[in-house]
Amino acid sequence: MSAIANTIFSPELAARFDKLVTIYPLKRSALVPMLLYAQDEVGYVSDAVVAEIAQRLDLLELDVRNVLSYYSMLRTKPAGKYNVQVCTNISCMLRGGFELLDHCKHTLGIGHKETTEDGLFSLEEVECIGACCWAPAAQVNYDFHDELTPAKMDAVLDTYRAREKK
Amino acid sequence: MPDVTLTVDGQKITAPAGTLLLEACKSHGIEIPAFCYYPGLSLQAACRMCVVRIEKMPKLQTACTTPVTAGMVVITDSPEIAQARKATLQLLLGNHPLDCPVCDAGGECELQDMTFKYGAADSFYTEPKNHREEQKWSPVVYFDRPRCILCYRCVRMCGEGMDIFALGIQNRGSSSVIAPNIPAQLSGVVENGVELAQLDCEQCGMCIDACPVGALTSGTYRYKTRPWEMNHVATVCTHCGDGCKTTLGVRSVSDGSQILRGDNRDKSGMNGDFLCNKGRYAFDFANNVERLTSPLVRHSDGTLKPVSWEEALTFAGTKLRDLRQQRGPNSIGVIGSNRTTNEENYLLQKFARTVIGTNNIDHHRTADFVTLATALQGTTGKFASQRDVEKAPALLLVGGDPTNQAPLTAWNIRTNVRLNKARLYVANHEEIKLRRQAKAFVQVAQFGYGAFVESLGADNDFSNAVRAEEQLIVIIGNELRGGELANLIKALPNAKFALLADYANSRGASDMGVLPDVLPGYQSLQGSTIASEYGAADAPGLDLLAMFDAAAAGNLSALYVVGSNPVKRFGIDPTALKSTFLIVQDLFLTETAALADVVFPAANLYEKSGSVTNSYGDLQLVSKAADKAGTRSDFELIVRLADHLGHDIKSLVPFGSQAKGLRADQGQTRGAESGEADRHAVWITANNLEPKLSPFDPFAILDEIQRLVPGYDKLLRLQLLSGNDQHIAPASSGLVQIENRKDLVLPSSDTLFTSGSLTRYSPMLQDVQRHQTTEVSGHLTSAD
Repeated sequence: MSAIANTIFSPELAARFDKLVTIYPLKRSALVPMLLYAQDEVGYVSDAVVAEIAQRLDLLELDVRNVLSYYSMLRTKPAGKYNVQVCTNISCMLRGGFELLDHCKHTLGIGHKETTEDGLFSLEEVECIGACCWAPAAQVNYDFHDELTPAKMDAVLDTYRAREKK
Repeated sequence: MPDVTLTVDGQKITAPAGTLLLEACKSHGIEIPAFCYYPGLSLQAACRMCVVRIEKMPKLQTACTTPVTAGMVVITDSPEIAQARKATLQLLLGNHPLDCPVCDAGGECELQDMTFKYGAADSFYTEPKNHREEQKWSPVVYFDRPRCILCYRCVRMCGEGMDIFALGIQNRGSSSVIAPNIPAQLSGVVENGVELAQLDCEQCGMCIDACPVGALTSGTYRYKTRPWEMNHVATVCTHCGDGCKTTLGVRSVSDGSQILRGDNRDKSGMNGDFLCNKGRYAFDFANNVERLTSPLVRHSDGTLKPVSWEEALTFAGTKLRDLRQQRGPNSIGVIGSNRTTNEENYLLQKFARTVIGTNNIDHHRTADFVTLATALQGTTGKFASQRDVEKAPALLLVGGDPTNQAPLTAWNIRTNVRLNKARLYVANHEEIKLRRQAKAFVQVAQFGYGAFVESLGADNDFSNAVRAEEQLIVIIGNELRGGELANLIKALPNAKFALLADYANSRGASDMGVLPDVLPGYQSLQGSTIASEYGAADAPGLDLLAMFDAAAAGNLSALYVVGSNPVKRFGIDPTALKSTFLIVQDLFLTETAALADVVFPAANLYEKSGSVTNSYGDLQLVSKAADKAGTRSDFELIVRLADHLGHDIKSLVPFGSQAKGLRADQGQTRGAESGEADRHAVWITANNLEPKLSPFDPFAILDEIQRLVPGYDKLLRLQLLSGNDQHIAPASSGLVQIENRKDLVLPSSDTLFTSGSLTRYSPMLQDVQRHQTTEVSGHLTSAD
């Protein structure tokens, strides 16, 4: 039973949030993890998510939006089912990160923070994802793909397309 | 705290330990520039303008966050510091547009001043400026994003100062932006196909005052004029009973001088930093096209037609005189105003009592000051002033909702709780917003304040805590009247009291005796000094409702209404007045004025001089700011009407020489056999004052008020004329508690966005009401 009636989240996530607010000395400390988990479930931080999180933490919606807008990994618009995040920080850049990004833009036909028409992929240029020793690297949702080349990238994208066809 | 001594720029200065370096320097005349620092708000250190060199510290330090310490050696001005500040300015100017020539803040902009001082107008930044169109957040708040320097003053002012938290910061780095609480996609307000973010708040405009640049601008003032083209007059706001000063920017127009702006940047009054929506913007009723600018007389065809002043005054005066002769003075009633000055109120009741010769005088009462004065008679220091609310260690708020009805009181309570950790106790029948600041809150049943007062003697946590307070200020809403009010005062013998009323001079109207049963200073109708000097009737007159009852019964021959709209306010049936000769003097053709036989166009409080007394009894000077051709002050109109009644004006207004000779009579030329000494002239001489030369000089009546009204006798002219507030307490004793007095207090129920009959003549108030009810309704989350 969720602490919030008519929660928009799954029972599991609602239960998780119920607990999350209790484990910090200050309730609002749970804000960032909550936003992240909510985004994982809903796909993005919708207005409804903002409203419910504000209610759970006794914050104003404005407070939630202030924090939300600060973090580039939190999004307020739906992304594709597979969010391709290409790193272009120094190690990746030196080993072809930008070529990789351009290749993705070309093959997917979308730009930074855009989504393909079928809603399958979205593309993002991101800051360091901590995979410098296997640069260039990209992250698709929470999966890492490293030592990439344009050809390898095509293969990666194909595996996701294939997953969809089944 | 002990004082510490430090050296600033080679000068030894002393300041209490814990003082911020910036404040310590300021109090010794050393200016350190700062954008983000704002006294009373939390520290931000965001702008880096206040950097100074402190010996033994490796880098430049921000003076706004560094407390003074003993032996500190500080340099506030050196080439190094100037360079640092210049670099800061260049950074701030990176995205700042150079639109000073059209910007509202141009000429009174802190960024502009600093840029001039440090010469940072040249920029090394070659990137294009980040331009965004200006946004309209509400009818009164506009945001110009590129001008913003992200000092966070507005965010803190709204959150900490106003307890609303309607503004936030979104995004980060150079894309950071101030954001209002209703995002564009949820506002439902679309203009040219673009959704607009909106502001849902108290619309006080404090963010605009705090803004050091022109990023936040006022909807009523923007692009109208430049600061140096206006005259700035600090006067008392006409709206609620708190007595804030508002500085009006006025400019000449073809029919007088028009108010273009109200603000509080000069912090000229006891409201300090504060001004609410009405004080800041609701001056626009004065410029309304519906203002009456010519006297009107009802013609035989039943319509009101403009006539000359002489014709209207002669007609009204002759008719009043005839009616007094034919049907007696007690067939005539007079109704006064909550918004006219003390002098006008005093003059009006004196007019009723001596010119007409009746005690039939009343006004729309919004608090029971008679009981307050009677219950506290003979005491000293028991009347709380507005300034006490700012400083008292403990406050008890019984009834009332200051947030909506007395915004300065609410601001002072919040500030006191925030900065001085004052203990606030709230007892209310509603969950008012100030309970958020309260240490303890008791829910009182509606109409259950009598029971609450009794419970103060009982043994419970709330009452025990309240009784244990040694320096308690009790702020009382106008729910409490008569016996309940008297019992509350009795229940807390060590406290100071204040009673909240609704309009700029509600207290003044009571103090000046615009009441049927007491004289000025709540003096008795029988036997008091004023009573003997007036020589008026000693039986109480008709109160406001009784006058209309008498009118309906055909017993009221004439009614003189000054600056009041009783027909609307008290729901009077217009036919009740069909056989009454009605004279109304007001700004607009109100419901009451529309029934009148003679209408005089009056000046409002911003167009006259005099004094007003706020709910707490703080007396302040009203200065004439604006001017409207075709109107006259209520003071002048009362005097002229008395003249046309054939009354000897010198006995109404003590002006010029009172005796037959050229000089004022000192009393010594006339003995007992030749009558009374001229007491006013004696008093004038004794107080080293000059007799006033004009019958239209309100200060002539102020002389008489000071001579005759207990409490006001203590007023200091220098304080008054300097624009300072002084606390007046009705000081007399021997007041008689009037038994079975009718409770005629009718709270105005004004909110933040209404102001009695003026509401509908203020386009700004209409806009803001619409904004708050239709555009942002459903998002009323504003911190409550």
